[in-house]
Amino acid sequence: MTEPNEQPAHIEVRDLTMAYGSDVIQHDLNFNINNGDIFVIMGGSGCGKSTLLKHMLGLIKPSRGDILYNGTSFFQASDSEQGLMRQGWGISYQSGGLFSAMTLGENITLPLELYTRYTTAEITDIVAYKLALVGLGGYQSYYPSQISGGMQKRAALARAIALDPKILFFDEPSAGLDPISSRLLDELIMQIKESMGATVVIVTHELASIFAIANNSVYLDNNSHTMIAYGNPADLRDNSEQPIVRQFLTRSAAADTKETP
Amino acid sequence: MSLRPPQYSLLGNNQHATSLVLTGDWVQGQNPENFGAFQGELARAHPGSLTADGAQLGTWDSVLMAFLLQCHDYCQTQGIIFEIRNMPEGVDKLLAVATAVEPHDPPAEKSAFWLSVLSPVKVLHTVWEDIQGSLGFIGEVSIALARLFRGKANTRFTDFLKFCFQAGPDAFAIISLTSVLVGMILGYLGAVQLSQFGAEIYVADLVVIGMLREMGVLMTAVVMAGRTGAAYAAQLGTMQTNEEIDAITTMGISPVEFLVVPRMLALIMIMPLLTIYADLLGIVGGGIVAGGMGISPVQYITQAQAALTFTDIFVGLLKALVFAVLIAVAGCRAGINSGRSSAAVGQAATNAVVTAIVYLIVADAAVNIVFQQLSI
Repeated sequence: MTEPNEQPAHIEVRDLTMAYGSDVIQHDLNFNINNGDIFVIMGGSGCGKSTLLKHMLGLIKPSRGDILYNGTSFFQASDSEQGLMRQGWGISYQSGGLFSAMTLGENITLPLELYTRYTTAEITDIVAYKLALVGLGGYQSYYPSQISGGMQKRAALARAIALDPKILFFDEPSAGLDPISSRLLDELIMQIKESMGATVVIVTHELASIFAIANNSVYLDNNSHTMIAYGNPADLRDNSEQPIVRQFLTRSAAADTKETP
Repeated sequence: MSLRPPQYSLLGNNQHATSLVLTGDWVQGQNPENFGAFQGELARAHPGSLTADGAQLGTWDSVLMAFLLQCHDYCQTQGIIFEIRNMPEGVDKLLAVATAVEPHDPPAEKSAFWLSVLSPVKVLHTVWEDIQGSLGFIGEVSIALARLFRGKANTRFTDFLKFCFQAGPDAFAIISLTSVLVGMILGYLGAVQLSQFGAEIYVADLVVIGMLREMGVLMTAVVMAGRTGAAYAAQLGTMQTNEEIDAITTMGISPVEFLVVPRMLALIMIMPLLTIYADLLGIVGGGIVAGGMGISPVQYITQAQAALTFTDIFVGLLKALVFAVLIAVAGCRAGINSGRSSAAVGQAATNAVVTAIVYLIVADAAVNIVFQQLSI
């Protein structure tokens, strides 16, 4: 095992400015995500969390700034290099993003067929294993429309981990799930992350999830359009200088909720 | 770094405990032997317990996990106690997660012989169900229309205008192209035959009657079925997928009144107008061909005027109305009954066009037979 501190940060976001036309969503974002981190992007609704994730995934080009993976800029890389980088990523989209015209088995088979040298028989076995990991063993022949929303989220997770990714991205993984399912999903993410040693980036505003799993986070502010807090969410809740961040993390309505020590 | 081939061996012929020693690198590209082969060995040995030993294991990835999971599942069905020993930490954890939930046993599906879709009984049954469904749908629309005329329906006038615009002006270009060409085709068809009798001038009659009664309206309807009918099916199908139709229903609004009626009225409004437009352009197209055969424009127009009767115009417009209703029914019904996936929306659009074209041709034949009998 290599020490995370000895190498450059796994993901570096440098001076990132995101804008749709002249409409600036967030500006001057600077943060690092280390190897093995569970990193949460949080902030109020509409502050640009999902937009930031789409930039990190290379789906939207930044207006200024850069995003580096293991020290290499994603946006300056050639198409084939970008493709290689993307093979190390597993992504679970907000609404699952499962291909509705394919069965769960086919959904997971697709990336394995495209990007690995496994034989067909091995792929069948691996698909069964990935589905078993998310508690959906035996559901290979089901279509996404035939299973519940929570199961779709887990199936999307199974597809995200199909290629044993180095980085897992989640956009609101527990949105629309009941508290128990959402806790189980959190635990599943933790367990899979620990046993595969991946870095996890999550967009969420579920406080329970944030404190349960995250060890680092960034808070995007809706008013100043930039990040105003960066660090461990539990630390931020207790010690942040920004009242809005403490308010967000303690789920309170008052402007200042810092407890007296 | 060279990889060692992945191998396994069963050790200890003890009936009670057997260990499965895994060696080598279990990673992609190494192609370890399939579980099926191992299953045979295991079945012959049939130990009381099986312990997978990973002390000599090299690198590993999902291939190993898939193998171990199958061992676990197989042992469970055979009543063999399965354990793992000396495995890397990640393997322990992943196997624990993967085996936490019992695999689901999907209900067996009836596998039908693929040719059975061609069985005449089945085909007739499908056709009959389709006709029943369409009639039921027309009934629902009629009730909605009755409510509309009594001023009770939740139909928005702005929707109607929007759909009129989509169905009408947006379709001008394609209708212009097809009708001029169909007019020319009719012209050539007649010219070749009529010139044998020196009766080229009657090309005008053929084009006028052919366009007004038959081709103008039929071609317009086919274009509208492909353009507007498919669009309706895709719109309503997507709304079904997004649960918009559920939302409309639970707001106490009838989806037929809110979604189908404005679309159908727009088509009923636009189809006759487009048909007249198509007829005019078709006659112009025929005129171009006639001009090429030495008939002067004045001759052609005079002859066309003499051939033009209100009966023919009326027949064409009546067909336009019937076709408009059929296209809207086919499109909207396919959309509303669509499934909730991207594939289902595509299927709905296909159904809409295929059904509409079948309806059009059957209805056209029926109308022609009726008018023949009535000598109209």
